[in-house]
Amino acid sequence: MIKSRPAPKPKSAPKSRQAAKPKPQLLKASTGIQGLDEITGGGFPKGRPTLVCGGTGCGKTLLAMEFLVRGATEFNEPGVFMAFEETAEDLTENVASLGFDLPDLIAHKKILLDFVYIERDEIEETGEYDLEGLFIRLGAAIDAIGAKRVVLDTVETLFSGLPNPTILRAELRRLFRWLKDKGVTAVITGERGDETLSRQGLEEYVSDCVIVLDHRVSDQTSSRRLRVVKYRGSTHGTNEYPFLIDEDGISVLPVTSLGLDHEASREHISSGVARLDAMLGGKGYYRGSSVLISGTAGTGKSSLAAHFADATCRRGDRVLYFSFEESPDQIMRNMRSIGIDLRPWVKKGLLQIISRRPSFAGLETHLAMKHKLINVFKPQVVIMDPLNSFVIGQNEIEVKSMLIRLVDFLKTRQITGLFTNLAQSGSPVEQTEVAISSVIDTWLLLRDIDTGGERNRCLSILKSRGMAHSNQIREFLLTDQGVVLRDVYVGPEGVLTGSARLTKEAEDKAMLLVRNQEVELRRIELERKRTTLEAQIAMLHAEFAVQEVASLKIIGQETAEEAQLAQGRVDMGQSRKVDAKPNKRKRTSK
Amino acid sequence: MTTQSSGPAKPKVKSVPRKKRVSDFYTLKLYVAGLSQKSANAIANLNKICEENLQGCYQLDVIDLYQQPQLAEGEQIIAIPTLIKKLPPPLRRIIGDLSNTERVLVGLDIRKKA
Repeated sequence: MIKSRPAPKPKSAPKSRQAAKPKPQLLKASTGIQGLDEITGGGFPKGRPTLVCGGTGCGKTLLAMEFLVRGATEFNEPGVFMAFEETAEDLTENVASLGFDLPDLIAHKKILLDFVYIERDEIEETGEYDLEGLFIRLGAAIDAIGAKRVVLDTVETLFSGLPNPTILRAELRRLFRWLKDKGVTAVITGERGDETLSRQGLEEYVSDCVIVLDHRVSDQTSSRRLRVVKYRGSTHGTNEYPFLIDEDGISVLPVTSLGLDHEASREHISSGVARLDAMLGGKGYYRGSSVLISGTAGTGKSSLAAHFADATCRRGDRVLYFSFEESPDQIMRNMRSIGIDLRPWVKKGLLQIISRRPSFAGLETHLAMKHKLINVFKPQVVIMDPLNSFVIGQNEIEVKSMLIRLVDFLKTRQITGLFTNLAQSGSPVEQTEVAISSVIDTWLLLRDIDTGGERNRCLSILKSRGMAHSNQIREFLLTDQGVVLRDVYVGPEGVLTGSARLTKEAEDKAMLLVRNQEVELRRIELERKRTTLEAQIAMLHAEFAVQEVASLKIIGQETAEEAQLAQGRVDMGQSRKVDAKPNKRKRTSK
Repeated sequence: MTTQSSGPAKPKVKSVPRKKRVSDFYTLKLYVAGLSQKSANAIANLNKICEENLQGCYQLDVIDLYQQPQLAEGEQIIAIPTLIKKLPPPLRRIIGDLSNTERVLVGLDIRKKA
């Protein structure tokens, strides 16, 4: 058993004297309740009483019971539950629906239930009294199972059951001190009063840790919240945190306190549309970024989302798809019509579609549910379609705050978030109803361009942080092969779409034909020129040959003549009997 | 610590209707915690009241919870001292040191509430 007394002393001393040494932390008893340990920095103060207060039906008893059950099952700390309001049978039945098997724990001496019955009508006060009976009873129970944890639910019932509040107050003060001396970690529940946290001002006595639960209804939807009002000797989250009660007990969401220190992935993931990837710096979205697709009704937001889901599942990653307008089956049917079959992914367990109306619960509860589902399913991609259905009345600020927290949460988990947003056709498209631009990394804008009596869908990238993205407005079609981005035709009045684009395409085709013909013509002309040139060359060659022959002939004749002439001279010399010498000389010199 | 007082009572005249007493037998249990001042006062006060009002027709057990702590749960004892009137019905719990005799008598259904 850990005594509570020594704990505060070393805590306060080194803080002022020696800051360098590691500060001794206040000992804490882990609650085992999802999220609550994070807020309280490890649990309730060990060996001290903690007050849990709140209005009717806000989950005080449940929180206290879960604290005990978790302690008994997970931390091997047996606990005593002293109930002043519900009988042991009722309690057992009530918490069975949360998966707590109390009879089993009681049989194994892990938990002891003690119902304190007080009936005002049977009691007559006849003088001074004290609550020693309660002390003895509690002491016996603690000793019977070696309890480390104690719950008193709700001790204030004593005030309605017993006369003389002055005595009760003094006795309660003594009780809490006694619990502290016993070294048990106690949870005391208290009903919320008008002015005070608890009806009888218990927070004055139990001053180590005070937790307030709240069940608030706004715009006809309710959400549960938890706040640590006070935690002596420890830091704690100070915000109001939404919490859920479901079949696994309580889960608190410490999402409000996240800082902006998440790592940014450099990895790209495909948007599922190849040409869109090309527009996004050639590779697609960043992993862990937040993507917003906004557009007016029927511009293909969900289709783009489905493409992304399909591409993600194809890679083997998991997708959590929150739909707030369509049922899972409806989504799958509709997406099949554009050639995206999501059913195999659902069957494989890679895709989970959760359809809930936004009015199903309060924003906080929605957030809490998402938080929980994400924790369980561990997706790489989360899709929310569409965001703005949360905007009911004047709650835009809350929606924004919810979204920021969700985006922060997703980013710390390196989960890519894709949100769609329905823009009002009247308002400027760049202005989303939920002014969330600041938390969005990549923002795709879809819009209808109506020209020439038709509506055509266009896509552009309004912004994309950290990448050289295309600045063009692209027309896209929803075909049975999914979203197909078309080539861009820019006319005098902007981007050409629809039939204007088709006309332009035809014109271009005709022009291309003409150009091709011209090229062909030129080629033929060139060929002709070459042929002509070659013919001329051949002619010249022929002429030359003729001349050559002629020239050679003349040369030959002249040579023959000269030979004949020489022969003639020799003959003449012979006939004249001239000596051959001078001729010979002449011949050699020649 | 069981006091059995079934002997003859002192001849003291009280303005208590005798008829009711004769027909009913009282089973009383007084729970105390050790020998605190309050406990001692309660025992003394109760003995006095019983002798004065219920001579011969009551049985009183004084139980020290320190000796038998398990009884605290079984008997739903919170406050100390607690006097439980088991019989005659209805069951009644009287808490405090029993110094207010009037209230004790009302609690024991000996006297009607004023």
